Amino acid sequence: MWVIKMGGLVEYTVKRLISGLFIVLAVTIILFAIMHLMPGDPIKLISDPRVPPERIEELRRLWGLDKPLHIQYFHWLLRVLRGDFGTSIVFKQPVAELIKARLPYTLLLTGSSLILEYIIAVPLGLIAAIKWNTKIDRFVVVISIILWSIPTFWLGILLMMLFGIWLGVLPLSGYSGLRSLILPLLALTLPSLAGTLRLTRSEVLEVLRENYVLTAYAKGLPKPKVVIKHILRNALIPVTVMFFLYFPWLIGGSVIIESVFAWPGMGRLLWKSIVTQDYPVVQGIILIIAILTVISNTIGDIVGAILDPRVKIELGGGGA
Amino acid sequence: MRAYFKNSSFTVGFIIFLSVFIIAIFAPLIAPHPYNEINTSNKLKPPSLEYPFGTDQYGRCIFSRVIYGSRIALKVGLIVVTIETLIGVSLGLLAGYYGGIVDKAISFITDFTWAMPPLILALAIVTVLGPGLTNVVIAIAVISWAQFTRIIRAKTQSLKNMPFVEAARALGESDFSILVRYILPNTVGPIIVLTTLALPSAILSTTALGFLGLGAQPPAPDWGVMLSEGISYIRVAPWISLFPGLAIVYTVLGFNLLGEGLRDILDPRLKV
Repeated sequence: MWVIKMGGLVEYTVKRLISGLFIVLAVTIILFAIMHLMPGDPIKLISDPRVPPERIEELRRLWGLDKPLHIQYFHWLLRVLRGDFGTSIVFKQPVAELIKARLPYTLLLTGSSLILEYIIAVPLGLIAAIKWNTKIDRFVVVISIILWSIPTFWLGILLMMLFGIWLGVLPLSGYSGLRSLILPLLALTLPSLAGTLRLTRSEVLEVLRENYVLTAYAKGLPKPKVVIKHILRNALIPVTVMFFLYFPWLIGGSVIIESVFAWPGMGRLLWKSIVTQDYPVVQGIILIIAILTVISNTIGDIVGAILDPRVKIELGGGGA
Repeated sequence: MRAYFKNSSFTVGFIIFLSVFIIAIFAPLIAPHPYNEINTSNKLKPPSLEYPFGTDQYGRCIFSRVIYGSRIALKVGLIVVTIETLIGVSLGLLAGYYGGIVDKAISFITDFTWAMPPLILALAIVTVLGPGLTNVVIAIAVISWAQFTRIIRAKTQSLKNMPFVEAARALGESDFSILVRYILPNTVGPIIVLTTLALPSAILSTTALGFLGLGAQPPAPDWGVMLSEGISYIRVAPWISLFPGLAIVYTVLGFNLLGEGLRDILDPRLKV
């Protein structure tokens, strides 16, 4: 039986990987289209108006811009696959290098935010569900709706005022060691942990009403044992899957927080590049984020399939 | 109606919603100063009787600007949500009713926009269209309909084989008429809930883009723009950023409570 299950799992994994690949391809096509929808002819942009038309035609041929669009797309895709994202217009540096220098900071911020979120939200959600419809539960729910309604950028500014200026205990912005991480981390995490908290609470509530939990109680099993063995084990499957699905959302949110705190990450570079119309950088960063998104979603789906015996593996991709 | 007001989320949310609406409509009567009145002799003044929320770097009255800002927030939120609902509901109806290749194609696009971080997609669109409030409205609306499609698709799938739909089909009603007259009315509950909950997130996204300088442009009294203008002055005039932020929280919280309350009343099993 185990072998059959493993076979299904491998098949499911392969299916998910293939559909992930399609999504990345769709993203590259969209990004390529964006580059071509941009106003302005790249050749005219860089060359003097006095350059003779024959020379412009020559440049066009040299850069492959006279080829049909789909050929140009394949050439571009091949370059991207080799890690060549082009050159930044503003920094005059390879886009890949710019991203490589900033990606670790973004991963540090979003990764620690995700972990902090789960450390706070999962226990609170569990307590709220077990104490369902009591004062504790209502308090946790109200707090989570309030956090959910706070814009991250405003929370960031409040934290800067409180800890950076009035108390003066933490650095205001930029990066000067791990102490700089605290404020952006809180500003990114607090509004988004409401989602995890509410998910944990509703999943635990749902499991609490299942027959096998009632049976376990009826058999006279001690409460902590029921909570850990029966409730947590089942309720935490969707919560674990969400761990991977939240990650890309946090990267999105980090664009704002990095801009507020002048955090030297990829999100702030994306924002600055949009403002300065540095298209090759925008394209490169969005592609990297898309790839990270597809990877973490795929991992999330596969982990979900492994953890949950009820997932109908033969149905494969889509859905959920 | 009394049943609605027994739900405390709904009641509090409804009161906040009403107050924001009234403030937006009667902004000229409530605001003590014209929102764009520059008065350099009064700049960076702390809150006082004359300027309840203080003044900014140009001596403009923050209170009046926050009051007028509610107009932008509501207008933008409503437009975004209308477009989003139209796209999401029609795609959901089509995918759920026809199935097959139509469903596959729509589901691929839905899964795609659902999986990508919304802000990143919005930024990509704004990059193409250029900054500005109209473009931000388009960008946010174009990326955020997936939730509607998923839920309406599932509802349509379960409704299309119901006896009353089959009866309509047997009577020779066209697909369009079946979708609009028989299936759509039965999805009104979730649509109301989804629309109410989409409004606060539309306001959060548009103010975020305004904050990043990509949405509404100064001197518009947009809450996000005001917040970002205040950042340079947080040491000397923290009120510039403080009050527009409170206005966002108040409005968004109100709509979230209203949506939660409506969900509990209309469709408690809806997972949103």
